[in-house]
Amino acid sequence: MSEEQIRSLERQFEERIARDEKIEPKDWMPEKYRQTHIRQMSQHAHSEIVGMLPEGNWITRAPSLRRKVALLAKVQDEAGHGLYLYSATETLGISRDEMYEQLHTGKAKYSSIFNYPTITWADMGAIGWLVDGAAIINQVPLCNTSYGPYARAMIRVCKEESFHQRQGFEIMMKLANGTPEQKDMAQDALNRWWWPSLMMLGPTDDVSVHTEQSMKWKLKRKSNDDLRQQFIDQTVPQADLIGLTIPDPDLKWNEERGSYDFGEIDWDEFWQVVKGHGPMNKERMKARVGAWERGEWVRDAAMAHAEKKQVRKEKQAV
Amino acid sequence: MSTKNWPLWEIFVRSKNGLEHRHCGSLHAADSEMALENARDVYTRRNEGVSIWVVESKHITASNPEHNGELFEPAQDKVYRHPTFYDLPDDVKHM
Repeated sequence: MSEEQIRSLERQFEERIARDEKIEPKDWMPEKYRQTHIRQMSQHAHSEIVGMLPEGNWITRAPSLRRKVALLAKVQDEAGHGLYLYSATETLGISRDEMYEQLHTGKAKYSSIFNYPTITWADMGAIGWLVDGAAIINQVPLCNTSYGPYARAMIRVCKEESFHQRQGFEIMMKLANGTPEQKDMAQDALNRWWWPSLMMLGPTDDVSVHTEQSMKWKLKRKSNDDLRQQFIDQTVPQADLIGLTIPDPDLKWNEERGSYDFGEIDWDEFWQVVKGHGPMNKERMKARVGAWERGEWVRDAAMAHAEKKQVRKEKQAV
Repeated sequence: MSTKNWPLWEIFVRSKNGLEHRHCGSLHAADSEMALENARDVYTRRNEGVSIWVVESKHITASNPEHNGELFEPAQDKVYRHPTFYDLPDDVKHM
């Protein structure tokens, strides 16, 4: 194809997206569109998979059967979300194995929030309430993104995510209304998860490199700063409601803006964690790679069994 | 190192009797039985289905979007296939 032909195809492609048409796997697409989507979608999938680890940590020690079935169902959902997203990404021509390889070698990133430890039961509440809350804010606009398989996966994910946030808030509410020790535990979890949750919505707009192109492709509908403001504005009243304090002395309602002003985010910490120096980066990768390697004989055995069955069936057919 | 990867399967779910099976995504499994079991866990955790079909992806032949013109455009100028093409007086009832 000549360069002129490619430019004309690219123009038509951008026009289709501007008209809100969806792009499907076999449609022509610019290489950059393909690569950007592989990157964002696979990292989204990785985040779901690694996201199971901090919560999986508490399944065996959930304080009641009610809490245990809920947490188990939530972690199973995260696995499901990872699988929807991996299969949607595969439609762009990358294999599942390549994606795992990128995750396991550290070439692909996952959400930095999962590199923080879950040291008390209240962390299950804080994750559901804040981390899933921030994730919903990020994901709802993606239900309308331009790539069909991604949009369809996100619709499924968003439907399920609301249970996650509600179960988390219920945990926090119960602890906040409990004994002084329980309330302290809830406040401590909020203190530790608040700032990482704000960081989770991404770098500020002035340093975010992908925003403009991503807006055009509807991979992003609102800027990081707008999403963060939305998250803060909706979460602060929820904390007030259960008598917990947001750990930000600069947090103040701004009548004029109709929004909360908030304090400085420690972006050095964010970049440290992204670069692999968070408290749990090594631990998470070790758990993930270990699970993959220990499962290898199972995967091989299942394949060998399937092949044997197939051969037997063919023999009977003759 | 794994010798062979699990193949890819396309999953179709009937949400209730009376409706058609609809494609809802794909997954990897060693064989059709495992594909059914995995599909049940991945795609019907909240009563989304009463029946599942699985088809190995390599068996699906798809039309090429580049041929959409020759495949689908001819239907556009065949307005006489639609009831509104025919001029009838308003007095005609039940038609």
